Amino acid sequence: MMMKPIYITGLGNISPQKTWDNSHFLEEVEFGETNYLRCKDPNYKEYIAGDMVRRMSRIIKMGIAAGKICLTDSDCTMPDAIITGTGLGCIEDTEKFLTNMIRNNEEFLTPTSFIQSTHNTVSSQIALLLKCHNYNFTYVHRGFSFESALLDSIIRLGSGESKTVLLGSTDEMTPNTLAILQRLGQYKRKAVRTQHLLKDQSRGAIAGEGAAFFLVSSTPGSKNYARIDALDTFYKPDPESIPLRITEFLKRSGKTIDDVSMVLMGINGDPANDKVYDDVTNRLFSEKPLGWFKHLCGEYQTASSFGLWLASMILINNRVPETVLLKGIKTSELNSILIYNHYRNLNHSLMLVSSV
Amino acid sequence: MPRRIFVTGLGIITGIGNNLAETKDSLFHLRTGIGRIRYLNAGLNSDIPVSEVKCSFEECFQLAGIPVSEGYSRNALLGMIAAKEAYLDARIADLPGLRTGLISATTVGGMDRCELYFDDFLNNDSKNIYIDTYDCADSTEKIADMLGIRDYLTTISTACSSSANAIQLGARMILNGDLDRVVAGGTETLTKFHLFGFDALKILDKEISKPFDENRNGINLGEGAAYLVLESEESVKKSGKRILCELTGWGNACEAFHQTASSPDGIGAYLAMKKAVDLSGLDVADIDYINAHGTGTDNNDISEGRAIQKLFGTAIPPVSSTKPYTGHTTSAAGATEAIISILCLLEQVIWPNLNFSEPMKDLDFLPVKEIIRDKKINHVMSNSFGFGGNDTSLIFSRVEP
Repeated sequence: MMMKPIYITGLGNISPQKTWDNSHFLEEVEFGETNYLRCKDPNYKEYIAGDMVRRMSRIIKMGIAAGKICLTDSDCTMPDAIITGTGLGCIEDTEKFLTNMIRNNEEFLTPTSFIQSTHNTVSSQIALLLKCHNYNFTYVHRGFSFESALLDSIIRLGSGESKTVLLGSTDEMTPNTLAILQRLGQYKRKAVRTQHLLKDQSRGAIAGEGAAFFLVSSTPGSKNYARIDALDTFYKPDPESIPLRITEFLKRSGKTIDDVSMVLMGINGDPANDKVYDDVTNRLFSEKPLGWFKHLCGEYQTASSFGLWLASMILINNRVPETVLLKGIKTSELNSILIYNHYRNLNHSLMLVSSV
Repeated sequence: MPRRIFVTGLGIITGIGNNLAETKDSLFHLRTGIGRIRYLNAGLNSDIPVSEVKCSFEECFQLAGIPVSEGYSRNALLGMIAAKEAYLDARIADLPGLRTGLISATTVGGMDRCELYFDDFLNNDSKNIYIDTYDCADSTEKIADMLGIRDYLTTISTACSSSANAIQLGARMILNGDLDRVVAGGTETLTKFHLFGFDALKILDKEISKPFDENRNGINLGEGAAYLVLESEESVKKSGKRILCELTGWGNACEAFHQTASSPDGIGAYLAMKKAVDLSGLDVADIDYINAHGTGTDNNDISEGRAIQKLFGTAIPPVSSTKPYTGHTTSAAGATEAIISILCLLEQVIWPNLNFSEPMKDLDFLPVKEIIRDKKINHVMSNSFGFGGNDTSLIFSRVEP
C-alpha cells in the first residue's frame, strides 16, 4: 500500500501484562500455567464514571480505558477520526443475549446486551464520551481487523482528510468462545507454562486478548514513540511467495533486510502456525535478532497491535526486554523493526516501524 | 484534477428480487417484499412481518452456483450471489491485470448458523465446520475465494451504515492509488438474534412500516446483499466499458449522542450529508432526490427529517424511503439503497415511499407519494445511519452516455 510515514504520538495498552502505564516497559512480566492469558485490569473507575462502568462489558471498558490513556498520553482532546479493529467484537454481550434467548425460551429479553453487542460499540462509545462527531469506523476482518484500521488511518493522514487519528484494536475472550475455538484446534486444550510455550508441541496457541490504542499523526508530535513507514497485507499466500513479498515490501520503502534492526514475529506456540515463521526466518532472517510477543499477550485476531505497541516501546526506550528476544544478540542501536504476523495462515501482515 | 470514481457493475438480492432485473421490476410494480416469515425459524416472533429473500437455504446454493455443501452460512451465500452478479456485470475477469479489492460489510449475519448450532458448538464436534462461519470475515473470504479476488480484502461493521461505509472506503482506496477497482457492498441475512434484539428494543412494526408518516410504528427487518463495482478513471479507460454513474460524494460522521437513539436535531445525519455535498462540489440545490434512511421509527424519521430541513432549507428535493419495499436490510441497507438510488439515475424515475398517508407534525415536507417520471435526475443522495451514531451519506451522479 502506498503511504506517507505517520507518527505514533501516544499509546494506551490494556493487555495480559501491566502495560497501561507508559512510563514502565515490561520491567515485570507475568507468566503462568494456562492456555488463556487474561487482561490485567487497571482501575477502570479512573477512566469511566462509576455508574457506567457497572453496565459495561469487559471489552468496552478495556477499549475506552486504552483509548483514554492514549489520548492523555499524546495531549490530544479531540482526534480527527476514531478507527478501530476487532476480530470478534463484543462477544460477551453477544453470548449473553444469545444464551438468554435460547435458555429462557425467547421470553423476557432485555435489550441492553443486544445494544452493546454490535462490533462498533467501542468506537462509538469513545466518540460519545468525547462528543466527537468526526469520522468513525470499525473493521472486523479476522487477522486484518487492526491492519485495515491502520491502513484507513494511513490514507486519512496521507490525504490530509485527518491530522490525528485515534487508532485502536479490541478483542476479548470468554470461556464459551475459548471452548468453541478449542474444537477447531486454534487453542491448546491443556495449560502450558507460558514462558516455555515453544517447548510444548501440542496443537493450538494460547488464547489472549487486549485493547491497544495509538494516536497517529501526519506530523511529529512533542513525543514520538515511532514512525510507521509501511504496511502490507496479503491473503492466503502461496508459502513460496512470502519471502519475495517481504523483500519487495522493504524495497518499496527504500530498504533492504540489512536496514532492519530486528524482526518481531507472531510466533504463538502452535507448531503448524509457527512453521510459516520458521521458513521465513531460515530464508531471510537467519542473521537477524528475532523477537516474539504472543507468550505475553496470547493469540487473538488483533494481536498484531500488541506487536506494534511492543515495537514502539522498544524503539523509544532503545531496549529489548529479555523475554522478547528469541534469537540473536541485542544490537546497540535499534533503528527499525519489521513486524510480521499471520492469523491462521489466512491473513498475513507486515508493518515497518522506525525510531524518530 | 481530482480523480473520478465510476460505478460499472451492480448486483443485488433482497426480498423484492434475486437479481437486479427482478429488483427493478418489483420497484416499478411498487411491490413489497415484506410479509409473513417463511424461511427463518423465528419461534415466538413468527408473526412479525419481515422481508425475506424468497429462497430456501438450498436454493441459495443454486443461485450462488455451487453445490449444496457444509460450512456455508446463508449470509455468505447471499453475499456470493450479489457479489457475483456485480462482478460479472462489470466484466472484471476481462482485464485480469488490474488491482482488485473486495470490501464487504456485515454485522449479525454470521449469527445465522451459530444460533442454530450454538449448543452443538458448546457440547460436541458435530457442527465444527460451521464455527468459522460466525465471524464477520467469513462471508467476505468466501466471496473473495469464489471470485478470485486477492489484492485487498476487508470487512466493515458500523451497524446499519456498514455497506455505505464499504462503498466510501472503496472510493478512497482507489483515490489513494491502492486499488484500480473494488467490489464494495454488504450482506446480512435475517437471524433470530437480531429479530429478537430489535423486538426487545420495541422498534419493530407489526404491520408494513410507514416511514415519514405521523402514525409510523417502527421497522420491518429485511435481508439481502448488494454490491457495486467501483473503478478508477484509468481502469475504465483501459477496459472501455460502460459507465453506470459516478460516485461523487461521501460523508461519514458520528452522532455521539446515544448508542441506539438518534439526536432530536439529527446532528450526525446533518454532518454526514453536509460532508458528502461539500466533497462532491455540488450545491444542495443540485440534489434531485434523497433516498432516506427512513426506518419508520419514531426517532429516526424526526431526526433525519430535521437534518434534511436544516441542510436543504426551502429547497428540499423529493425524499422517499424504500425500506417498505426491501425491509431494513441492516448492514446491507447502504448498498441496497445505493443501488436503488443508481436505478433512479438510470431509469430517470423516483419511486414513492409506500404506505404514507398522514404527514408528520414535526416536519415541513412530505415524502414522495406517487412515482415521479417527469423530472430530470442528475444527482441522488443515499443515507444510511447505524447504531452507535455511525452515519453515512453517499451521492451518485449521472454520467452522460
